[in-house]
Amino acid sequence: MSARMFGAPVQRTEDERLLTGRGAYLDDLGADAYAAVFVRSPHAHARVRDVDVTDALDVDGLIAVYTHEDLTGPMAEPLPLLLPHPCIVDGRTPHALAAGYVHHVGAPVAMVVARDRYLAEDAAERIAVDYEVLAPVVGIEAAVAAEHVVHAGMSDNVAAHLVQEVGDARAAIAAAPHRLELDLDIERSACTPMEGRGVYARWDEAGGSLRLYSSTQTASGVRAAVAAKLGLDVGRVEVVVPDVGGGFGVKIMHPWPEEVMVPWAARRLGHGVKWTEDRREHFIAAAHERGQRHTVRAGFDDEGRLLGLDVEILHDNGAYLPYGVIVPIVTSTQLLGPYKPGAYRVEFRSLYTTTVIVTPYRGAGRPQGVFAMERTMDAIADRLGRDRAEVREVNLIRPDEMPYDQGLLFQDGRPLVYDSGDYPRTLRMVKELIGWEGFAAERERARAEGRRIGIGLACYVEGTGPGPYEGGHVQVGTDGRVRVATGLTSQGQGHHTILAQIVADELGVAMSDVEVTTGDTRRMPYSVGTFASRGAVMSGSAVALAARKVREKALRVAADALEADPGDLEIAGGRVHVRGVPGAGMDLGTVAVLSNPLRYAFDEASRAATQFARPADHAAPPVPEGDAPGLEGTDFHSPLRSTFANGAHAVVVETDPETAEITILRYCVVHDCGRLVNPLIVEGQIHGGVAQGVAGALYERMAYDADGQLLNASFMDFLVPYASEIPPIRIAHLETPSPLNPLGVKGAGEAGVIPGAAVIASAIEDAEGFPVRSMPISPSDLFGLRRRFAAGEIPPLRRAERARGRRANETGEPDV
Amino acid sequence: MKPPPFHYHAPTTLADALTVLGETGPHGKILAGGQSLIPLLNMRLAAPAHLIDINRLAELDRVDVDDGGVRVGALARHARVEADRSAAEAIPLLRQGLRLVAHPVIRNRGTTVGSLVHADPSAEMPAVLALLGGSLDLVSASGRRTVAAADLYVGPLESCLRADELAVCARFPRPAPGTGTAFVEIARRRGDYAVCGVAALVTLDDDLRVAAARAAYLSMAPVPHVLDLIEAVAGRPPDTADFAAAGRLARGRLDPEDDIHATAEYRAHLAEVLTARALREAAEAAVGALGASRPDPERAT
Ligand SMILES: Cc1cc2nc3c(=O)[nH]c(=O)nc-3n(C[C@H](O)[C@H](O)[C@H](O)COP(=O)(O)OP(=O)(O)OC[C@H]3O[C@@H](n4cnc5c(N)ncnc54)[C@H](O)[C@@H]3O)c2cc1C
Repeated sequence: MSARMFGAPVQRTEDERLLTGRGAYLDDLGADAYAAVFVRSPHAHARVRDVDVTDALDVDGLIAVYTHEDLTGPMAEPLPLLLPHPCIVDGRTPHALAAGYVHHVGAPVAMVVARDRYLAEDAAERIAVDYEVLAPVVGIEAAVAAEHVVHAGMSDNVAAHLVQEVGDARAAIAAAPHRLELDLDIERSACTPMEGRGVYARWDEAGGSLRLYSSTQTASGVRAAVAAKLGLDVGRVEVVVPDVGGGFGVKIMHPWPEEVMVPWAARRLGHGVKWTEDRREHFIAAAHERGQRHTVRAGFDDEGRLLGLDVEILHDNGAYLPYGVIVPIVTSTQLLGPYKPGAYRVEFRSLYTTTVIVTPYRGAGRPQGVFAMERTMDAIADRLGRDRAEVREVNLIRPDEMPYDQGLLFQDGRPLVYDSGDYPRTLRMVKELIGWEGFAAERERARAEGRRIGIGLACYVEGTGPGPYEGGHVQVGTDGRVRVATGLTSQGQGHHTILAQIVADELGVAMSDVEVTTGDTRRMPYSVGTFASRGAVMSGSAVALAARKVREKALRVAADALEADPGDLEIAGGRVHVRGVPGAGMDLGTVAVLSNPLRYAFDEASRAATQFARPADHAAPPVPEGDAPGLEGTDFHSPLRSTFANGAHAVVVETDPETAEITILRYCVVHDCGRLVNPLIVEGQIHGGVAQGVAGALYERMAYDADGQLLNASFMDFLVPYASEIPPIRIAHLETPSPLNPLGVKGAGEAGVIPGAAVIASAIEDAEGFPVRSMPISPSDLFGLRRRFAAGEIPPLRRAERARGRRANETGEPDV
Repeated sequence: MKPPPFHYHAPTTLADALTVLGETGPHGKILAGGQSLIPLLNMRLAAPAHLIDINRLAELDRVDVDDGGVRVGALARHARVEADRSAAEAIPLLRQGLRLVAHPVIRNRGTTVGSLVHADPSAEMPAVLALLGGSLDLVSASGRRTVAAADLYVGPLESCLRADELAVCARFPRPAPGTGTAFVEIARRRGDYAVCGVAALVTLDDDLRVAAARAAYLSMAPVPHVLDLIEAVAGRPPDTADFAAAGRLARGRLDPEDDIHATAEYRAHLAEVLTARALREAAEAAVGALGASRPDPERAT
């Protein structure tokens, strides 16, 4: 019996190829393709009066220039609103190329195709667009004020408006013994994968079919969207996803304007066309996230138990709403975390601004929700003079209350029901890991050295693995190798490794005999995509189910050949044999041969499956009814609901009293994603997530000026932290299985990022003694807060005042 | 992000380079390490019709140390200058500044002279040259001149080089005996251009009293800005000198600006704090330098 792979810290099978430069990313393909470049709006809001291409026509090597005027039929219509929702008041989506108006800097106005990228950029530079500049709407304040509107025909900038309520929160707050109100602010950030977007299309004139390569998180989604735009049957569109250098959410958005324009042009020109996004384009023409403002009102009792919570969310969705209201819905629902407020009311307004669109970025609205809830917990504790962990503890859902129904509808349109989890234990573990109890003494020691340190804590719950479904196809070749295909795509997470681990166990073969393909509609056309931490839950389950079918068939076919009972057989080391008698059996490859009755023998192996090779049952057809030739199986996993992972982070920070520099001294994570398929990969995901959490808390922001120009659209000024900025991370796992899928797993891809802003704000505020209500925070921001605090514009934390009082008493100074 | 078309020249002798430069005039640009120029070309912020690549001019790839100081040739990479022991012994401030320039991979390609010419007000080496009172040797087809650091910088990313001039070498003079230096800066991420940076120099006289105290500032003015701060600490022994007062003095003479990473007020505050830190460190280094160079009086007897 081979060792179990599920749960083992197996090294990623992808890495050798990728780290030795043998990966093939989008721009590595199509060396002979024409290059596409987009002329983009330099204005945040303008009417396009005229596009004059005359000058560009002189550029040697120019193939074509297209504007909206060249598009007809579905191509001339706005791009789809992918996720309709009844709360959407006025859902605007962009055109592939500007149809009269541009609504953000970077909006594509014209497409240039040339022999190579250099020439295409030369030509693009010579295209003169005449704009009538209109008033920009930048930031939530301007969007709410609606002095100017983003979209003609609207009277304000509200794209969507939704209220969800469980119980009467406002009455509960009014009746509560204690009340507080917080105004919170989170700025924009973005996924910024190493590889930007990219599309390469080839049109096959003879077959009337399209082959499309895209650096996307959804092959099947792009396929359906492009087929619809080009008026093709989906059967005539193949989408293949090459190696992808990171996604983090931005590549689940589809179809991008470029993603329909490139295949459209390839078909029209009868030549391969490729577009590779550059970094500046990625900043101004892909997607951002995070920008929200919250007003939180809470009513609570003397222990800090939440009796009512009322949250108003203003969400900046940018210029259009192609991805619907997924982000603010996730914020509104996941804000609750592991807690059970007595009553809850949440209302969001999703607002148009003349900036880049907002679509899910790792965490997808959760970091903002967790920020609101955890700031509230800290504020309650401070108000009551109680320990911050204790206040959280009294509000936690207990394990015996699972499954727990929060009474809301989640982002998948299904009830927000937590399936499993041990939240009190998670909290206990993180306190232990960070040294919560001993921190007071640590702080005093630091203070004696003139150093300022603080500790923070934050908990979260994350809905992962939503449906509708994902599929797996598993096939055993006559060579005994196992080929696995699933439709969702991989952006570096290690899907190929974990799917091979799962199938190796199910089929009793070595991992090295399993080959995995993702994101290729030729191999698995039915699929949804990679988002919402669903790879392991959905495709992991699907390939396990498919492998079980194959196993069942392998046993049946082998039993027939071995004249044994299938129940007496087992598969191990790639061989089917009678249990306890390893000699009495055959390789899976041979079983595959036998599973496909043959007329002709092609080689020694296939001879065994021909009609005279062995005695046959003349009363039954060679392929029994209801069966199919071949040793393969397909199955789908379609869960009832999302499964809910959870965790807690704690951090100790130091703030320099003079320079306001912020240093993370230690960072601890307790993480429960159900059963771990591969702890090494889960920890890698947590490390990356925490890095992005630190990024969003201390470094990254989108610096838009009042005109809607993005001032830091480069890696020089948009501060993705380097490895040198990321602290060592200590991780402890809890494994509470999910009852919602055959593997008991929950998603792990996004978790690390979720509590970043909340936990770091908590610690900085603890170090400084005054509240921190907006993130990210730079040293310059902290310095500004200190100034305002010194000027009496910000109140002190009550516990800081109390501590000062205590110290003053001890030293005999008056208690002021 | 692809550059507009240009003619590429790769001269193998200085004379050829100067001829091409003379012919192309304002349409030509010298390509050294490319760490600043190539991004500008790719973003189409610069569009010279001719690039004159000086990477084949081996004669410029040198670092020379003598009694006068350190001469850095135009092809000497930051990394090479940083690693040069005798240069670091002669002028410790070179290495103190260079280790703050970007990241090792960039220092492997970028040249120190390129950085001096590029005149970024946030760059370290122009501040070093300015603080030490160094100069740059410029040659053209029509002649040669030496420009003092004080005259070199005209504005942000603007030096006084003529279009036909090539900087062949930078001269960093040895500081006076009894001098210590320090370079402190705060950057948002390790290796980034500084939000505020201070290069400081303190000279002690024979009685171990402060005789000179100067600082040069990055990211605080359109050009590297040198302040003489002696009045705050003159004649004091290093351990009682009021470097905080020197910090306040500096702050009063600086007028930084806001940008997306820091407010002007924060920058000014940092200048005050970092000035004190840098001067204190420089003074300690000066004490150390004197201790090392002078025979120990007790041992000698
Ligand atoms: C990510 C990144 C971070 C960086 N961070 C820092 C930092 O923190 N601090 C810092 O100081 N620098 C930093 N730099 C810039 C780096 O130091 C460059 O090496 C330096 O600015 C220019 O040197 P170069 O040899 O690359 O010059 P090039 O890019 O080749 O040229 C720069 C300019 O100088 C001109 N030039 C170059 N050599 C000569 C010459 N001999 N005579 C006349 N003109 C010449 C060129 O024509 C061009 O205009 C950074 C660069 C990058 C890419």
